[in-house]
Parts: sequence; C-alpha cells; structure tokens
Amino acid sequence: MDWTALRVSLWLGAGTIAILLPLGVWFGRWLARRDFPGKALVEALVTVPLVLPPTVLGFYLLVTFGARSPLGQAFQSVAGQSLPFSFAGLLVASAIANIPFVVQPIQRGFEAIPADVLDAASCCGLSPWQRFLRIEVPLAWPGILTAAILTFAHTLGEFGVVLMVGGNLPGETRTLSVAIYDRMQAFDDRSAGVMAATLLVISVVTLMTTTVLSRRVGLRRV
Amino acid sequence: MPSTLLAQRGPTIAAAANLNFALNEIAEQFARERGATVEIVFGASGTLTRQIQDGAPFEMFLAADEEFPNRLSGAGLTRDAGVVYAVGRLVLFAPTGSPLTVDERLDGLTQLMKKGGVTRFAIANPDVAPYGRAAEAVLRKRGLWDALRPQLVMGDTIAQATQFATTGNAVGGLIAYSLVLAPAFGERGTYVVIPESDHPPLRQRMVLLKKAGAVATQFYEYVQSAAARAILRKHGFAVPQ
Repeated sequence: MDWTALRVSLWLGAGTIAILLPLGVWFGRWLARRDFPGKALVEALVTVPLVLPPTVLGFYLLVTFGARSPLGQAFQSVAGQSLPFSFAGLLVASAIANIPFVVQPIQRGFEAIPADVLDAASCCGLSPWQRFLRIEVPLAWPGILTAAILTFAHTLGEFGVVLMVGGNLPGETRTLSVAIYDRMQAFDDRSAGVMAATLLVISVVTLMTTTVLSRRVGLRRV
Repeated sequence: MPSTLLAQRGPTIAAAANLNFALNEIAEQFARERGATVEIVFGASGTLTRQIQDGAPFEMFLAADEEFPNRLSGAGLTRDAGVVYAVGRLVLFAPTGSPLTVDERLDGLTQLMKKGGVTRFAIANPDVAPYGRAAEAVLRKRGLWDALRPQLVMGDTIAQATQFATTGNAVGGLIAYSLVLAPAFGERGTYVVIPESDHPPLRQRMVLLKKAGAVATQFYEYVQSAAARAILRKHGFAVPQ
C-alpha cells in the first residue's frame, strides 16, 4: 500500500473541490437564472470535458504549459517551477476535467427553486446576499453536495490526464490510480490489488454518502 | 501540500522500464553504502525523454538506448553526452501452457504461425521503447514482421509488454532478459536469449541532466562502480569496460 500516493490522491480531490465549488456555485446559479442567445453553446462547452478523451486535455496542457512553450517558460520564470509534472499542474488539469461534474448538478439545484419563492424572499425585504445565503443555498444544497462528492470521486479515479500531465513522480504526481499501474508494471500484483480494493471501497462509500445525504437533505425540506 | 514531501526525498531519476529490478537493487545498495536515497520513476525511454523536454524535474536519465539521451544532450538539456552503462538482451518468451516452443531462430514461432496458432504476440511499442525496436528488427530479420503484425499487442513499456506476454491469451513475446530474470517475475514460462547479432545492440546510455545535484551525481558515478556492474551482470546485462 502506497500511503503517499493515497495522500496525493486525497489532496488532489480536496483541492479540486476547493477550487471548483465556489466557481461552480456562481456559474451554475448564473446559468440557471439567465437565458441568452448562445446558451446552448456555453452549456456544451461546460459539458465537453465529460466526453473528451483525457489525452486531448493532456495534449493541450502539455503543449500550452510545457517547458518548450513561451507560456510555459513565462510560468516557470514567475512561479519558479513548471506546471506540468507538478502537483499544481495536476490541480489545473483536474479542475478543468471536473467542470461538468460541478456545474451541472449545481445548475439543476438552482433551477429547481421555484421563482415565486425567490420573489417572496425579495418581498420580505431580504437583501440579494441574504436571499442567496438563507434561501437559495439551502434549497440548492442537494445539487451542491452532489457536485462536491462527484468531483471528489471522479478525481480519485482520474488516470489518463494524471499520467500525461503529471508523469509518475512519487509524493508529487503519483496518485493512487497511477500507483496501481506502476505496481502492475513491476509485477507487484499484491500491492496493486490492495490499492485497487482501497479505491473501490472509497468510491462505493463516497457514492453511498451522496445518496444518503441528499435523501436526508431532501426530507428536511419537506 | 504534497509538494513539500518531495523536497525531503532524494533526487528523482528517470529510468527505462527494463531496469525495474536491477536499478532498484543498485539504489538500495547505494543507500546502504552512501546513506543517500534516490527516487526512481520507470517508464518507456521515449515517454521519459518527452517528459524531460516538457520540463519534468528529473536529475538523471537511464535510457534503454543511445538515441533518446543523445536527443536530450543535442538539445542542451544534459551535463554532457553521458556514458553507456549496460547492454541489454532480448528473449523469446512463452508462458506456461503456451503452444509456442522457443528457440533462437524463431523456428517454433514460424511453425505456429503457419498453423494459424498465434493468437497474440507481445512486444513493446517500437516508437517509444527501444526494446520494441529491437523486437521489430528480430521479427523483420526472420521475415515474420508483416505476417505477424495483426497479432501483435504492444506495451507502452517493455514491462507492460512483459505483462501482456505472461497474462491473457498471448502465446508469448519478445521481452527484456532483465525482467525475465527478476525474482518477482518467478517461473512463468520458458525463454531463450536472442543472439545479439539479430538486432541492433541495445546499448543503454545514461545522462545527468543540467539540474542534477550532488546526490544524483554520486549515484551516476555509483552506477559505474564495480558493485553496480556486478548487479547489472546478475540481471542479464552485459557491462562495457
């Protein structure tokens, strides 16, 4: 069992949520409220990482931020490290790959709030900010929770992008899913088996949690 | 953040997948004798070269050929041209229960192909893995390459090709001698070492990269020491004088 790899995986999952959730709430709510020409295109762009092969994302990130690109060299001189083959680079890749997992459930959550509830809240004299925190967020909570848990589970399972953008650096970019691949290549089926079982258990527990929690939140609303 | 973990570890070293067991043993002995550790990342030489060009933080690179490290030194990414530290060998391998009989001239494979008995045959991807290129040369020399192509399964690295050759429905494969000899590999089948004259020599070169620190430099010298050479020989490599 590679505990360092597990730690990298958990950090990556938590970091992706920390970056994406605030953005997802803002953008999902905006999409739920607005209707505009070209909305279908915006929604398609949000969803595209869902169907795109991870290699496409990996390719663009390496070409854009690799040591041989001007942008990569600029980043290197500012940050003192390169974006590919670093934990920061993995976070960027993971955040992009998870956009649909965050935005869609949150958008559905906000869409499910009836318009008259919002009107009533405004009529009662709540400021837009109070209305958002006291009325909208609690009502959209199942969507937000689903977004967070799906992102976490999906990040733990990410493989292609991680290997392409991160390489396989222990303590930095070797996640649990990459460690399994690495152990398989070393004929270490035992370790690979233990880690595969660990990921399976974490994934099932995570998904069960989302079902149970959203049911409870749903009950409280009634 | 996990990135702080790396600072406490030793330098990261990129190594061709055929070194998986030999180099780990050398690194363990290095740690015992010199009290310093290195982190080794194994992969296909081509993949690792690409990663180094894209800015991966490796301090040293042990390739499975000369072409890839030469490309890096040509691009000015290495300290110097490096040295050849080992010469690798290819084996024809058949897993236990396979209908393939192994021999140096690949007569058994030819016979089996004529009978239509070859389901899958494993080699490493010639584009990124030097051992795959050597395997292609052997198959071409025996006039089998074109006929066998539809049956080939290609691993990204020679280690993955070895996985393919031992599991699944492959009748065998052309894989690295060093991996077949590894204790972790165990007794998974029969093999025969392919004559060196049947493919361009697998002269394996290593280089220190520009950012190499003191520990990586020490390790680079250690790989050329008598102790490390003995380990390489034990794992089936020829060691240049």
